Amino acid sequence: MAGHSKVPWDSVSINAVFGLLSAVALLFLVAPTLIVLITSFTASESLRFPPAGLSLRWYAALIDADQMQRAAWNSLVVAFWTTMISVVLGTAASLAIARSRAPLMRAADLLFMSPLLLPALAFGFAALIFINKLGFSPSIPLLVLGHVIVCVPFVLRTTLASLSQLDPGLLEASESLGAPQWMTFWRVTLPLISSGVGAGAFLAFVASFDNVPVSLFLADERSEMLPIHLWQQIETNLDVRTAAASGVIVIGTLILMVLAEKFAGLTRQMR
Amino acid sequence: MGASNSPLALPLAAVFTVCFVAPLFVLLVLSLHGDVAMTNWSLLNYLSFFTDRFSYSILIDTLLLGVKATLVCFIFGFPVAWLSARVNARWQSILLFLVILPILTSVVVRTFSWIVILGRYGVLNQIALGLGLVSEPLRLLYTETGVVMVLAQVQMPLMVLPILSVLSKQDPNLADASRALGAGEWRTLWKITLPLAIPGIVAGCILTYAASVTAFVTQSLIGGARLIYMPLDIYQQAVGANNWPYAAALSIIFMVSVMAVVAILNAVGRRSETHGRA
Repeated sequence: MAGHSKVPWDSVSINAVFGLLSAVALLFLVAPTLIVLITSFTASESLRFPPAGLSLRWYAALIDADQMQRAAWNSLVVAFWTTMISVVLGTAASLAIARSRAPLMRAADLLFMSPLLLPALAFGFAALIFINKLGFSPSIPLLVLGHVIVCVPFVLRTTLASLSQLDPGLLEASESLGAPQWMTFWRVTLPLISSGVGAGAFLAFVASFDNVPVSLFLADERSEMLPIHLWQQIETNLDVRTAAASGVIVIGTLILMVLAEKFAGLTRQMR
Repeated sequence: MGASNSPLALPLAAVFTVCFVAPLFVLLVLSLHGDVAMTNWSLLNYLSFFTDRFSYSILIDTLLLGVKATLVCFIFGFPVAWLSARVNARWQSILLFLVILPILTSVVVRTFSWIVILGRYGVLNQIALGLGLVSEPLRLLYTETGVVMVLAQVQMPLMVLPILSVLSKQDPNLADASRALGAGEWRTLWKITLPLAIPGIVAGCILTYAASVTAFVTQSLIGGARLIYMPLDIYQQAVGANNWPYAAALSIIFMVSVMAVVAILNAVGRRSETHGRA
């Protein structure tokens, strides 16, 4: 029979097609970040790639970029508080939601996750109208609250995932040995879900630091946020300092990501 | 664990009620008024949206943009997930790292790097010109093709991760059995792997779609001022024209449309799941 030819064309073709598509996809995923990183070291005034020569001049120029530095500081402060509040509220809520089949808890889960799907810009605008009706004006604490809404789903998702893998037998053992609830949480539950919480905290921090749609409406005139500052720079005068700032962000994210991978097993948590 | 833990959800529920539900409610109420002071109720904002061809064509363009970006994302994302599910643990975490990297790099930065790539003298045009594929630089920036390309890249991880998650939970014996019974690789993919991966595919499509239609930064920077999608329209009406009631109506229309598409995708997913089991 001719059914068993030497070359398994079927398997070769599927591997070739899927391998090729994956290679293109991975190239497209990684190339832009690499290109902006390399461009940021250019010695010339233009954003051409490949750069005409290499230098650190645009990074040096960042030292004098006061406005950009202030924006970066604002973004870091907001991201810090957003992460803190998201982790505390999100972890507490996850403990309530996990394993609960009560319809009310299912509804709460749906509500807390909905900012991931709803247009964030519409929410930012709604928040602006709301605080305007209440007689407030945009400020950093209100901005943090707005960020918490769009960042807390990340903490919930990773924490709920690690709670679902927690062996309930361990909690029962701790309880039967007479440990009070808070001690069981502190000594058993928390250490076991810490990597999920950690990965969620990392994702929340990045999401807040990167947020444009909510900050666009809730940041007051004086406190400009870094992504918005960069966005406006790119729209008006495209200069190489933007590339250098991007380079700093990329390198910072990479370092954070390696740390998150090492301590929280980020890639495992994201699946 | 159990009912005794439910009070722990109260703080977040309180924050969501005040900072999320209430603002959206006020948004809805404002959209039903003619003025910001909210003195008279009217449906005028909605009427003028649906009777103005230019206005509703922006909505249609936006919803279609999401479909295009999601399709491109799926065509390239599924193979990446499929490959990641097959390689060993070490390669899997390298692949995952590469997939996650872009979603964690600032959207503004990623979009900016695409401007360097897609520009008139950008990398892509240099390559195309160098290879003699085109005689003059292609216009990619400020075109919908460019926006779809960049959106597909920016949102790719949202497609890959859910698919990978279902693929790696699939029992490899099923595919082995299919092959042992004489089905080829393509047939096994079509009859076994793909139908079983539908929950992940639907989840990936929903996340990618929702993120693509609302990707304000990417849409406005790559699309420029002439390609207007809903988020930019809302922003311009709210901040530029200072017409808050109309911008509120636009926001409500946009949110309802996105939710409707998400609900349809969900329903399709559930139907094909039960269909596959039958």
